[in-house]
Parts: sequence; C-alpha cells; structure tokens
Amino acid sequence: MANDVRAVDTEPTGPAPRKDARRASFGDYLLFAATLVLPPRFTPERVRYDRRYRTLDKYRFICWFLLAPVVLYAVLVISPFFQAFYYSLTDWSGFSSEFSFVGLDNYERMLDDSDFWASVKNSLLLLIVAPLATLGLGLFFAFMLQAGGRHRKSEAISGVRGAKFYKVVYFFPQVLSVAIIGVVWGAMYDPITGPINEVLRTAGLESWTQNWLANPDIAMLCVLFVLCWMFIGFYVVLFSAAMGSVPKDIYEAALLDGASRPTTFFRVTLPLIWDTVHTGWIYMGIQALDAFAIVHIMTINAGGPGNSTLVTPVYLYKKAFDSGQAGYATAVGVVLLIITMIFAAVMMLFNRRERIEY
Amino acid sequence: MSGEIQVTSATQRTRDDRSADVVGKAPAPAPAKPARDAQGVTLNVFSNAFLVLWVVMAAGPLVWVMVNSLRESSDITGSPFGWPTSLSFENFTNAWSDANIGKYALNSLIILCGSLPGTMLLGSMAAYVIARFTFRGNRVVYMLFAGGMMFPIILAVVPLFFVMDNFALLDTRHGIILAYIAYSLPFTTFFMTSFFRTLPGSVAEAALIDGASHTRTFFQIMLPMAKPGLISIGIFNFLGQWNQYFLPLALNSTDPDKALLTQGLAELSVNQGYEGDWGALFAGLTIAMLPILLVYMVFQRQVQEGLTAGAVK
Repeated sequence: MANDVRAVDTEPTGPAPRKDARRASFGDYLLFAATLVLPPRFTPERVRYDRRYRTLDKYRFICWFLLAPVVLYAVLVISPFFQAFYYSLTDWSGFSSEFSFVGLDNYERMLDDSDFWASVKNSLLLLIVAPLATLGLGLFFAFMLQAGGRHRKSEAISGVRGAKFYKVVYFFPQVLSVAIIGVVWGAMYDPITGPINEVLRTAGLESWTQNWLANPDIAMLCVLFVLCWMFIGFYVVLFSAAMGSVPKDIYEAALLDGASRPTTFFRVTLPLIWDTVHTGWIYMGIQALDAFAIVHIMTINAGGPGNSTLVTPVYLYKKAFDSGQAGYATAVGVVLLIITMIFAAVMMLFNRRERIEY
Repeated sequence: MSGEIQVTSATQRTRDDRSADVVGKAPAPAPAKPARDAQGVTLNVFSNAFLVLWVVMAAGPLVWVMVNSLRESSDITGSPFGWPTSLSFENFTNAWSDANIGKYALNSLIILCGSLPGTMLLGSMAAYVIARFTFRGNRVVYMLFAGGMMFPIILAVVPLFFVMDNFALLDTRHGIILAYIAYSLPFTTFFMTSFFRTLPGSVAEAALIDGASHTRTFFQIMLPMAKPGLISIGIFNFLGQWNQYFLPLALNSTDPDKALLTQGLAELSVNQGYEGDWGALFAGLTIAMLPILLVYMVFQRQVQEGLTAGAVK
C-alpha cells in the first residue's frame, strides 16, 4: 500500500490548510443554498469569490436545466405509469373518487372475459402477421430498388431507374396522420362508393365484391392490410439506406462467384443488414400491438362487427372511458405491457449472434 | 473480370432483342450465360411491375381522395371513379366552414406552436446536462428517459386522465401542450443525448474559459452546433405531434370547439355516414393532407432521415 500511486497522488492535493480560513458559519450555508435557487446574476459577492463557487455553479446549472423536464416528465409520464399498477388492483370506476382494493380480482375476471380474449387474439394476430408481411415486402422492394436494375457496365449491382421517386411515393403514408389514413381507408372499403369494389365490378369479378368492413370474416384482414400499407414505405426507406451502406465489392465478389440475385439477397444482403431488420421487427411489433387509431376510426363501432376487429388497446379504451371500469381497464393495460415485454424479450433472445462489421 | 464483361454484353444483346420482341418473352439464347441473363430480365420486368404496382397502391388512395374532393357529392355516390365535371370549390368551403375543418386546423396549429418549441427546448436542455456533465444520478435520469420509450402510452392513459383532471389541465390548450411535451421528451432526450455526446467539448471549454456562463455556452455555442440533430428530431416531433390522435382523444374530447384536426376528421367521417356528404369529407381530408405532403416533397430527404432515425437508434 505504501507505494500505491493513488495514495501518493492524493495526499498532497487534499484540502490544503488555508491560513486565512474563516470557519464556515451557518450563514454561509444559507448563502450557498440561496445561490442554488437564485439566478446567477444575484449571486452574493462572498459566494462568487469562494473557492467552491465553480462546483456550486455547475450544480446550480444542472438543477435548473433538469428541473422543468424532469418534473413535467415525472408528473405526466412516470407517475401515471406507476399509478396504473396500483389502480389495476382496485375496483375503481373512474367516475367517483371512491374505490376499494380488490387484489387480483381484475386479473381473475380477465380469465373469463371472452371479449378480452377476442381482443388478445386479434392483437396477437397483428403482432405476428403484420411484421412478417411488412418487413418481407419492405425488404423485397428495397432490394429491388437497390439491386433490381439491369446490369450496367462495371457495376456489380445497380438500382432501378427512378429509385428515388419510388421511395418518395412509398413514404407518403408515413407523413400522414393515422386519423387521415383511417378515414381514407374507411372510404376505400365502402361497399358502394369505395374504389375497391368498383375495380372488382369493372374487372367483371362481381362475386368478389364485399361489404369489407361489415363482414366479420374479413374485417380483421382489412385492418391488417392498412397497418402494413402504412409502414411498408418506412421500411423500404430504412432498408434501402442499410443496403446502400453495404460495400459494393462484396456484391462484386458474389457476382463473380456466380451467385444469382435471389442467392445474393439471402446469402449476402440479408445477413449484412440483419441488425436493422431486427430493430425494425421490434418496432413494427410494438406498432402492431398499438393499432388503436385505425381500429377506432375505421371499423364499425370501433372493433366490430361483433368483436371481429377488437384489439386490446381499443378494448382498454372502451372499458375505461365508455363503461366506467377504470380499474379493470388498467389491469388490461398491465397485461398488454407484459405481452409487449415478452415480445421484446423473445426478439432479443432471437438475435444472439455476432455483429458483422464492414 | 471476364465474367462481368460477358454479362454486360449479353444484356446489351437482350435489350436489342426486346425492342423488337414482346417484353417478358424469353430472350434469344445467348452463348455466354443464358440462364442468368434470362433470369435477370424476368426479374427486372417482374420487379419493375411490382414497384409500379405499389406506387399505385401507396399513392392511389390519396390521389383518389384529392380528385373526388373536386366532384359534387351527388356524383361521387355510386360512381367512385370520374373526373370533376366543373371546377368548383364548394366542397372545400363546406368543409372549411360548415364542418369546421378550418377551426380544427387552427387549434392544431396553436397546440403545435406551444408544444414543438417546448419539446425541443426542454428535451435538449435535459439532454445537454445528461450528456456533458458528470453528477450523481446522471445515469438514473438517463435511464428514466430512455425507459419511457419502451412502454405503451395506452397503459398510462387512465391515470394520466385523472392526474390532468386534478391539475385542472383537462380540455385545456396548455394541458394538451404539456402532455405532448411530456410524451415527446423520452425520445427527444435520448436522441439529443447521443447527439451532444458526439460534439467536441473543446469549443464549450474555450467559451467557459472566456467567461461565458453555462447557460450562455448552451444557448450560444452548443445549440447552434447541434443544429443537424435538432432538425432531425424537430421533424420527427413535428409530424408526431401534428398527427397525434390518441392523446387528444383521451384528454381533449369534451369541448367540440377545442377539437384538433385529427379529431375533427374522425368526427367528419362519422357524420358523413349519416349525411352522405362525401364531397365535404374528401375536401376535409385534402385540406388536412395536402400541406403535409407538399412540405414533405420539398424536404423529403430530411423528413425520411428524421423519421427513420427513430428506428435505428
């Protein structure tokens, strides 16, 4: 210990005994405390020339800058989040301030609640199918844009002409509000005035025309389609950027080895951008679990016909704000959170592989 | 290298063939590598067909709405496709004044004028402190914000409703603004923290030595340096807050005079079901989406980067 560098180093630089040191009085501490809450220009002279002023100045700055964001965030985000766990254990209606603690009753009730299970089933369907369809199509389009063009001179791969135009158009749904998208697609699916049926009628496929959103067998598929439609452009742009950063000589090597384009895609491109795909998958899964606005705006009675398009967030909202069962609704929310966590955890396990650097 | 040259010349030949031949027919067997070449051509035709198809899918519904907004309601019912017979903006005046789309748009704008600068200011203040100062609890504050990105808003909405009620913030403009700021803070802070960490510290140090206060260093040195990050996150928040549907629905739905654009549109689509006024609905939708689409097309690169940055980080 004697020749420990740290020990040697700290000894002489410790608080040097000051000869003219006054004893810190109670008034001094009060002054320091006042400085913390006062704006810098009101700093008392004695504090400003104090040895510890720089540290004080730093902490004063930190406190002042963090105060507003942290207080706002704690009151409106963190505290409701934790309150939700508590309310989920009560029979609170939401209308009165009286409620009693009922333990896990809400969760037990959920087990027998067929509406709840219908909503979970629909949400899980979205969670599984929407990312697969959206990411699959997104990858397909991105690869086409990046490598679908004709071979040009001295280029291993080449994008199609107008790739930029395609990306701009595909991205349209992303900049629009879900409310707009829900209303637009509600009109698209309209049995009389909607263009989908009109196209089918014109094409002579009269028998295929449907009352899309009123048919319990296909209403959910309509919701699923809109959800995918919204996000495909986002993933085309995301994956194109990722593919663009893969060095061209890797493709060149694959081409010289005689790889076809599908092989190039599955053996070269996909492994190299897997990190992006994986992150995108988690993000899309969370979006699919949330599909609130589309269902709420587009479908009949927000979740109908029957329970055919009811998703868990919509069910929660209805319980909380329409039927006055706030306690039960928060319990549903806790279950939704658990589903989200499980999904994220499964996806994390799924990705246990080495990162590829290039 | 020779392989590549052969491929190129073969493609050249096919292109000539195709000018005479029908597209998609198998090209004349080239001596070099016919299999791959044929594959290349079919893939090319196939891929372009799909790409064009999706252009129609992505933009079609929006174009359809915009074209129909210029037609008369009686024409639209029953015949969805058709061009406007006469140029009239009656639908737009209906939507703007009768269906109050103008008022709702103004409400949305007022909210955004408060919430967007607020988010950017508070978010970058917190991010700057977290990124550039070491103090006890730094990590905790950071995790607090970063963790907020993960959990769904819908879980907190019921208690949030009553927290807002207790503070008398429900159905008020400043209440909505504060809620928007609070729910945009996690990502903004997270993003800006990583951005501030990449900035060099020497400039700020020089400013401090020259006698600038911390506050002054932040506003006059660091914020201007962080401009690229601020633009990205600003676009992200602008679209996120302008398009927000869920928070206003839960926190701002009693007074129809204060409804925001997204709520107004949803309401309009419900009313349209009773009145059958498709024209006004489509005009309302056009009013809501055309400005956003135009702005997007002007700044498309920044918008695409701003929005995708969210998923990559």
